[in-house]
Amino acid sequence: MTDSKEIKVKEKQEATSPAQPTLEGLVFTPEVDIFEDEKAITLLADIPGVSPEMLNIDLRDNVLTISGDVARMDLSGEEWLTQEFETGRYYRQFTLSEVIDQNRIDAKLSQGVLRLSLPKVEKATPRKIAIKAG
Amino acid sequence: MIYRRFVGFPGLENRNPFSEIENMRRQVERLYQGFLSPYARPAAGVFPLVNLTESKEHYALRAELPGVRSEDLDIQATANTLTLAGERKIPEEKQSAKYHRRERESGRFSRVITLPGEINPDKVEASLVNGVLTVVVPKAEASKPRQITVR
Repeated sequence: MTDSKEIKVKEKQEATSPAQPTLEGLVFTPEVDIFEDEKAITLLADIPGVSPEMLNIDLRDNVLTISGDVARMDLSGEEWLTQEFETGRYYRQFTLSEVIDQNRIDAKLSQGVLRLSLPKVEKATPRKIAIKAG
Repeated sequence: MIYRRFVGFPGLENRNPFSEIENMRRQVERLYQGFLSPYARPAAGVFPLVNLTESKEHYALRAELPGVRSEDLDIQATANTLTLAGERKIPEEKQSAKYHRRERESGRFSRVITLPGEINPDKVEASLVNGVLTVVVPKAEASKPRQITVR
C-alpha cells in the first residue's frame, strides 16, 4: 500500500470558451500529459466515455484541436440516486510550436485515454554537425 | 428567523441595521452555492466519483476510470455495499521525454459505496468500456418494490 500514492478526487473542469457553443450540453476540458523528445511530441488525454468514432482530432495552422462526444447514457426506467459527475463533450486546443509531419500523426484510443503522437518534421530534428579540424 | 423580521416591523431592537442585510447576503450566497453548482463539492470527496441510479430491478453505478485496466480493478460486493478499489498506472515514458504538461494523476484508490437497499452480491455485473465503469447490481428480492393488488 505504501509503494504508491493515493489518487485524489478531482472535479471535471468545465471548459470556458469566449464563443458560444452552438451545440447544447456541457463541455469539459480533458486532463492531458504532453511531452516531447527529439523525434516527436506526444499527448495523452483522459477522455472517458468517448468511442473512437466520436473522437475528432484536427491540426491546422499549428493549432491542434481535440474534441470528443460522449454518447448519452440510456437511463430509461432508471431514477437518480446520486450524481457526482456529469458527462458532456471534451474539447481542448493547443498551439504547437514545432512543425509537425501531418502524414505521420498517429492516434490511439484505449480505455478512455488518447495517445497522440505528433512526429516533428525531419528538418526540425536537431542534427549534430561534425566540425572538422582544418 | 429572517422571515419573521421581514414580515413584522423592521426591528426596532436592531441596533445595527446593516447586520440584517449582511446576514441576508450570506444566506443568499449559501443558497447560490448549493443551487448553481451542486457538483462543486463531491459528496464523498473520494476517487472515483460515482453516479448512482436505480430501477425496479437493480442499482446501476457508473464511474469514470480512464486508463484503468480491468485487471487493476477490484470490485467487491456485500449485502448492501460495493467496494471499488484499484490502481491507476501511468507507464513511465522514455528518459529523454521532456514534459510540458503533467495533469493526469496516477495512484491507488478505494471507495466503499453503501447502497440504499439490500442487493444480490452474487449477480453483480461490471463492464469497463472506453474508460467508463458500469456496475449493475441486482436488488435482493426483499428490497424490490412489490405490486399490491387490492381485493
